[in-house]
Amino acid sequence: MSVEVSTSRPPAEPVLYGLLAEFDDPAALARAAAAVRQKGYTRWDAHSPFPVHGLDEAMGARRTRLPLIALIAGLCGLIGGLKLAWYTNASDLAFMPSFLRGYPFMISGKPVFSLPANIPVVFETTVLLAALGTVLGMLGLNRLPRLHHPLFASERFARATTDRFFIVIEARDPRFDRRAAAEFLRSLGAAAVEEVAEGPP
Amino acid sequence: MAVRPASMSPSLPDNTGEIPGQRAPLVLGGLDYAGLTDRVCSIPEQPTAPPAWWATLALAAAGLAGFLCLIGYLVSTGIGVWGNNQPVAWAFDITNFVFWIGIGHAGTLISAILFLFRQNWRTSINRFAEAMTIFAVMCAGIFPAIHVGRPWLAYWMAPYPNQMGMWPNFRSPLLWDVFAVSTYALVSLMFWYVGMIPDLATLRDRARTRMRRILYGLFALGWTGSAAHWRRFECAYLLLAGLATPLVLSVHSVVSFDFATSQLPGWHTTIFPPYFVAGAVFGGFAMVLTLVIPARTFFGLQEVITLRHIENMNKVLLATGCIVGYAYGVELFIAWYSGSGFERFAFANRMGGPMAWAYWIMVGCNVVAPQLLWSKFCRTNLWVTLFVAMCVNVGMWFERFVIIVSSLSRDFVPSSWGGFSPTWVDFGMLAGSFGLFFTLFMLFVRYLPIVAMAEIKHVMPAGHAGDAGRAG
Repeated sequence: MSVEVSTSRPPAEPVLYGLLAEFDDPAALARAAAAVRQKGYTRWDAHSPFPVHGLDEAMGARRTRLPLIALIAGLCGLIGGLKLAWYTNASDLAFMPSFLRGYPFMISGKPVFSLPANIPVVFETTVLLAALGTVLGMLGLNRLPRLHHPLFASERFARATTDRFFIVIEARDPRFDRRAAAEFLRSLGAAAVEEVAEGPP
Repeated sequence: MAVRPASMSPSLPDNTGEIPGQRAPLVLGGLDYAGLTDRVCSIPEQPTAPPAWWATLALAAAGLAGFLCLIGYLVSTGIGVWGNNQPVAWAFDITNFVFWIGIGHAGTLISAILFLFRQNWRTSINRFAEAMTIFAVMCAGIFPAIHVGRPWLAYWMAPYPNQMGMWPNFRSPLLWDVFAVSTYALVSLMFWYVGMIPDLATLRDRARTRMRRILYGLFALGWTGSAAHWRRFECAYLLLAGLATPLVLSVHSVVSFDFATSQLPGWHTTIFPPYFVAGAVFGGFAMVLTLVIPARTFFGLQEVITLRHIENMNKVLLATGCIVGYAYGVELFIAWYSGSGFERFAFANRMGGPMAWAYWIMVGCNVVAPQLLWSKFCRTNLWVTLFVAMCVNVGMWFERFVIIVSSLSRDFVPSSWGGFSPTWVDFGMLAGSFGLFFTLFMLFVRYLPIVAMAEIKHVMPAGHAGDAGRAG
């Protein structure tokens, strides 16, 4: 594929979002990512149709906080489940209004609260809240869902979910320079480099 | 691209052998990333569905319509329209519930447990199996809800503050069931959907019409395949797999507690939780095979869901079938060893009483039929596989029927014995639940990515055509 820079711009001169560089395969992407990081850029990202091995190391990514979120959510489920079972079936708080008041369930003369009999429900609430925390935490940390992204304007970028690999250096990067960055990306073996405009607000 | 009939698919190399030191290819036919995407996306992207799809959907939807009518009849008349009566208060309804919830377990096993064990062959079939899980749990959830008699009060099972000052009993296995099944349904749904987000984004980016772009775009949540997103996505997927693994083992254990915590001979056994879980995985794998074999042929997915995948599933079927057979044996041994006359009678009655026919169907389908799979010829022959899978589908339904009805009909006191004969509504609802399941399934195969493309690309090597898919 020929190396090219498309520079056709509408007359209104839209605000630049960043430079999009296309790569042929995951190995080229990982090599380029290491070089971009080496160069000192901070506002940039890689895009690929599937998680690429070694890319996180090449990008110097930190570990995600997601496991911590899942743990906290799971503990909330654990404590909440225990509290729920104890409150509704074993407590009797006189000051609560009647529709909110638990009462001791006497069943076959068994203790009103015993851990083993309550484990199944508590286990399920723990798993449920941990899973909800994981999914919502993942979406939240990723700032998803979002309805639009400037990159969606690029025809080329449509293949980022099929078989092509991309690096985007954003214009708000302190070291960003339109010409130098394009030159640099091409020197990394990009099959194409394209300017992407910030979409309509 | 139109659906390729089976006769047009190229003859594929045999990947069922084991070559020491070499991993068998998971994707055949030299598909590269784009080829794989084309092959999988061509199914939801056909402008018109093939007539066979319409025919199957029409049949399934007719079953669903009948099911809804029967539910309406049951709700408006009362559960006396079923054959259930004292002493057999649970019959087809709970049998269907346990049958369907068990089917779901194979989906979670494939998506979560095989993921944790790094069984990469799961990537070709996990989307399928997870969809099956969700649809099966939906079928399952209907039966206990309508069986409570006044289903419009089913919300009383939830612990919510109310003017009656009434709370559910948290020490009742039936309430454990409510929590276990609803948690299972929600977690399976999240697992399925989260895994599908990148593939929905692929469909969005390939969409040619505005409607498709909007709909797939909405459900893809703005996914861009960013490395930072993938990192958290993979972490979330691993966490969900880790959470779903104990969950799936707990769900059928809790279902078995419905029986095991009672005093009834034939139900009151400690072997039930592991026995039920093994049976669920067994029955679920049979259903995956029943669905996957026609679908891969019909949609031309032989390169992605290869004979090796079928063979691996058959091995799981054989192993779990043997566990189930062992459980049947242990059950009999413990009944004898317990020294309890009632226990001994319950099992003698199962094997030689008025419902012995059901017991021997169960043994024949679940224990004898899978023994065919010791032979490699049978494991790699699609017709034999389908035959065994159909046997297991039938056998696992009968297993639950035998456990429930034979134990209830003859308990301690002969004066309270009774029989059970199903009504046409019982049969209609069993058939109708298949209508619901297949309606959902046909819609799934037509409109959603039925193979996890991003996951398969992940296990394909970095190299392209020629040597594609050499990873294990």
